[in-house]
Amino acid sequence: MNTVKDLLLIMIGSSLMSNVVLSQFLGLCPFLGVSKKVNTAAGMGSAVIFVITLSSFVTGLIYNYILTPLNIEYLQTIVFILVIAALVQFVEMFLKKKVPSLYKALGVYLPLITTNCAVLGIALTNVQKDYNILYGVVNGFATAVGFTIAIVLLAGIREKIEDNDFLPAMKGMPIVLVAAGLMAIAFCGFGSLSF
Amino acid sequence: MNKCMERLYNGIVKENPTLVLMLGMCPTLAVTTSAINGLGMGLTTTVVLALSNAIIAALRKIIPSKSRIPAFIVIIASFVTIMQLLLQAYIPSLYAALGIYIPLIVVNCIILGRAEAYAYKNSVITSLFDGIGMGLGFTFALTVIGMVREFIGGGTIFDIELNLFTPVAIFKMPPGAFFVLALLTAIQNAVKIRGEKKGKDMSKVGSGCDGNCSACPNADKEGES
Repeated sequence: MNTVKDLLLIMIGSSLMSNVVLSQFLGLCPFLGVSKKVNTAAGMGSAVIFVITLSSFVTGLIYNYILTPLNIEYLQTIVFILVIAALVQFVEMFLKKKVPSLYKALGVYLPLITTNCAVLGIALTNVQKDYNILYGVVNGFATAVGFTIAIVLLAGIREKIEDNDFLPAMKGMPIVLVAAGLMAIAFCGFGSLSF
Repeated sequence: MNKCMERLYNGIVKENPTLVLMLGMCPTLAVTTSAINGLGMGLTTTVVLALSNAIIAALRKIIPSKSRIPAFIVIIASFVTIMQLLLQAYIPSLYAALGIYIPLIVVNCIILGRAEAYAYKNSVITSLFDGIGMGLGFTFALTVIGMVREFIGGGTIFDIELNLFTPVAIFKMPPGAFFVLALLTAIQNAVKIRGEKKGKDMSKVGSGCDGNCSACPNADKEGES
């Protein structure tokens, strides 16, 4: 029973209370870059969910069964970044060959995810918080869901403010960042949730 | 030696990675809650950037161009790990304050960007100075942003109490980072618009990350930046 409760807490905590983009600033580049339209934002979000869940599992396995027994935990950064880069390439090739429909939907976003610091960030957080593999996967999934919520919401706002009239200097990135800041204030509200 | 000074000037002023090119936004927003954190993060990144640039430049004839990105990443990640262990041992307070953002220096696009755009094509000494220049430019920007956020958000600068007004605590919290960055990009836009009116070449301003990920040189591994 305790496990279920812990997992639920991780789910809510990682997706809403400490949102990966809005309070930890991981994965800002895709958050700002691919949020012009709700459709593409949702596509990016699902690709991120897919990759982060998978990479949490793989890095969890490697940490627990290779790095820890050999006492080389300090190599985690090097190992994780290489594993993630290889994993993304592999997923891309696999989807292209075996699941072309999914590749069509996610394919363009996959190469962008390699440089997404959220993926490495979550692998490292899982280690830092001493999560086992199950907790790590759930944490990865929840964090990615939080990313998707944030990017889809921002895309919705951007579609609305696209044609509004601003000061010339505020056009483009600045106004998007102000919108993101207001969203961050809203998400701060989740921080006061307590169990 | 002239060329080295030119690289330093280029990194700190002309192509300042944060203020002009808008690269490496994740650490910029995350660690600038205070000036001292910004300074610490900036200097750590500078060391990694300078050393990895030098090593990559030294090995540039050996690293085959097809597998250069993984090679760069391994070199960068090694230096980041070294810095992480050094900080943990000698400056534990900074290590605790920066936390997960120290290992995340690996994915800071400034470092990979400089390796790809400069160090892989130039000699060891100029690459070293290019790294130092870029790093100091990054440090400068982070320290200034940290000072602004610390001053408005907590009424202090480098932990010195000033007590000039009631602090606006939100500037120390995550939303404040977005607002400060919004202000920064707005100023940058204004400078760009004014410069273009005068007929100057402003294509470099904001070119590092124009918000279009598919145009990012770091995203496309086959792309030549």
